[in-house]
Amino acid sequence: MRVYVEVARRSFRRWSTYRAATVAGVFTNSIFGFIRAAALVAVAHARPGAGGLSVKGFITFSVLSQAMLAYVGVFGSTDEIAERVRTGDVVADLYRPADFQLWWLAAFVGRGVFQLVGRGIPILVVGAVVYGLQTPATVGDLGLFLVSLLAALLLGFGVWFLVNVSTFWLFDNRGTKQLVDTVTLFASGLLVPLSLFPHALGHVVRLLPFAGMVQTPAEIFLGVSTGVHALGRIGLQVAWVVALFGIGRYALSRATRRVVIQGG
Amino acid sequence: MLDTYRILASARMRSDLQYRVSFVLFTLSQFTVTILDFVAILILFGAVPALAHWSLREVTFLYGLANLSFGIADLLVSPIETVQQHIQTGTFDRLLLRPASPIVQVIADQFSLRRLGKVAEGALVFGIGCRVAGIHWTTARIALTALSVVTGSVIFSGLWVLTSCVCFWWVEGREAQNALTYGGGFLAQYPLGIYGAWLRRLLAYAVPIAFVNYFPAVYVLDRHDRLGLPAWASFAAPGVALVVVIAAAMAWRVGIRHYRSTGS
Amino acid sequence: MAVIEATDLGKTFRVRRRAGRLRRRVEDVVAVTDLTFGIERGEMVGYIGPNGAGKSTTIKMLTGILVPAHGEVRVNGLDPSRRRTEVARNVGVVFGQRTQLWWDLPLVDSFDLLRRVYKVGDGAYRESLDELVELLDLAALLEVPVRQLSLGQRMRGDIAAALLHDPAILYLDEPTIGLDVVSKARVREFLSKRNAERGTTVLLTTHDLDDIEHLCKRVMIIDHGRLLFDGGLVEVIERLGEERTLVVDLAVEAPPLSVPGARLVSLDGTRQRLAFKRSETSAATVIAAVAAAAEIVELTIEEPDIESAIRRLYESGL
Repeated sequence: MRVYVEVARRSFRRWSTYRAATVAGVFTNSIFGFIRAAALVAVAHARPGAGGLSVKGFITFSVLSQAMLAYVGVFGSTDEIAERVRTGDVVADLYRPADFQLWWLAAFVGRGVFQLVGRGIPILVVGAVVYGLQTPATVGDLGLFLVSLLAALLLGFGVWFLVNVSTFWLFDNRGTKQLVDTVTLFASGLLVPLSLFPHALGHVVRLLPFAGMVQTPAEIFLGVSTGVHALGRIGLQVAWVVALFGIGRYALSRATRRVVIQGG
Repeated sequence: MLDTYRILASARMRSDLQYRVSFVLFTLSQFTVTILDFVAILILFGAVPALAHWSLREVTFLYGLANLSFGIADLLVSPIETVQQHIQTGTFDRLLLRPASPIVQVIADQFSLRRLGKVAEGALVFGIGCRVAGIHWTTARIALTALSVVTGSVIFSGLWVLTSCVCFWWVEGREAQNALTYGGGFLAQYPLGIYGAWLRRLLAYAVPIAFVNYFPAVYVLDRHDRLGLPAWASFAAPGVALVVVIAAAMAWRVGIRHYRSTGS
Repeated sequence: MAVIEATDLGKTFRVRRRAGRLRRRVEDVVAVTDLTFGIERGEMVGYIGPNGAGKSTTIKMLTGILVPAHGEVRVNGLDPSRRRTEVARNVGVVFGQRTQLWWDLPLVDSFDLLRRVYKVGDGAYRESLDELVELLDLAALLEVPVRQLSLGQRMRGDIAAALLHDPAILYLDEPTIGLDVVSKARVREFLSKRNAERGTTVLLTTHDLDDIEHLCKRVMIIDHGRLLFDGGLVEVIERLGEERTLVVDLAVEAPPLSVPGARLVSLDGTRQRLAFKRSETSAATVIAAVAAAAEIVELTIEEPDIESAIRRLYESGL
């Protein structure tokens, strides 16, 4: 256990050295948040009550989703495993007396915590200063939000891990990564909140793991989903976390059996 | 210069094709990720009949013009952003050691046909937009529409070069560039009227995204919401494009000079 | 006429240092100063010094990547900072630590690309390639993707790539780093051959002093941005390596020997080491003095190696 805590701490520290990059990221995510908010606000003005959110709710949703983007690792997480597979260094990792998946989970969590503190919170602060944001109504909502937020990170890991492990088969995972990023963008609610989706489509998309990465925690934050309903959503998140973790383990065991080292 | 571009770009294509699955997935996802932006617009129009008094048909034309221009710039010029990696890893020196233009070498080295996915999407929606937007086609409108694709591509290309130059002074600032390039491309997909006054001024006039598609579209669609600008704004894109190109060329020269006097 | 000429060359970098939590201090760091030298056509010169001494800054100014802060550079009579691309046509550069080859493509594709960038004509390219392939033994590797080459093979590929346009000047930065003994020998052999046959001027920076001993008659030593020494390799050894060591094994343990003109370096059982300077006394005199004091079983004289000679030079600052 100690070793994983240490890995997470190292990862946190490593990411925290990229100060300027973090500042640049805060700037970019904030701008994107504002642009997305503008389109949603136009909708809210044209038809009040659409998607179950007020003007302020839509703005908060846009800013919050941008603040969570780097944290859950959709864009801008480096594909370290993929890189190590390409160079062949991954062999050393596989021989380490520590669990490969947990090792990278620890690194991913360390990175995520930094992205939350160093990037997510500043984005929220910028949003709050520029627009004023909606906040959770009760302490209970806030608590549920934090649980859901943690589940979102673990979901992010599950997806990220699979994308990386695909390198064992393809040698170059940029295609998979781009495709998964695309799906995530759409199905997580980042592009348009899932509550604005046509009814049937919205229902299907909500069942996928991606909804748990942004939409679920955001709705709990905004008080759209509360109490038992929120617990149900968190339950779905947890179920997907377990499933993705299992799939990742299986894929890894298949992959290591066919390790082909490039250039060696 | 064009010769060097062609030769280096074709080498990159051959490299890319070594990873076929990844290549196909990437091209596909480039198409998908961009069409999703349009799906988002369709979803929004599912909730409201108009955005800033623009109908879905009109927005389709506006969006198509933006994405076709953006796609062309993305295909031909966007790899300039990798100059940041060249500077960070020291490979920029190698490019300066060769008797060829460094800007051409940087761009051509990361040329990728995969980006055709984006151009294809832009062309498709643009084609649909031209048909469904109810345009009363005249010679002037046809000419302006065709010209706008060119000037739009040039403006986006210029912005890419201009924003890439930031890394000569601020190597880690790469991501801030996205706010202006991808952010600009995204912003252009919606009618200017949905944005708040300050965002409109900043991202539409200071970064002249509005001249890519909005002002020309106002004339072609026979609308009148020029947001305070005179009628000739619809025909000002060539002049704006020229200014952007000159600014980009100057920034690049100054950047190179800075690099060659500081070595970093 | 010198092909490379540097006069009072200097470069200062302005760096911002953190001073306290938010304040930054601007400092001027002298990378290179008062550098003056000339290199004749066909010379092979070793350019050595510790890390950060200013070697790569010098090379960057010679190639025109960096603009000098003061002083002048002439390469083939041209100022590289103003006429970078013209100078580039006549210069080849090899960085041992990074390749300029296209990672995913067969080796020959990299050659083909580079000859187009350098605009080498068909005939000249064929001739150049044939020769390099033969001398560097690349025939079997041409169709292999660069990522699958061993380090030594890749280095040979990189050297060929730098010479395709038949440059008159070749800069080599650590060309044998990480190579095995056989590959090193091969690279050195090729370089001296190329130099002898084509009269290619070579400036070589390296940490491997074997490279210098095998290839260069002339050595330039730089430290803290200043040229400390510029002269023959033999001279380096003579001037700095004039201290030789006599190692004697005595029949029985003896107290420290005292010999005029020599000093005791170490005493280990019956073995004693005595250092003496060429200019002060001769080996014969020292041996005679030792023999008079004790019974010698075995003796050897150690000549200084270039590495220790140069290390001493760094330390003393000359």
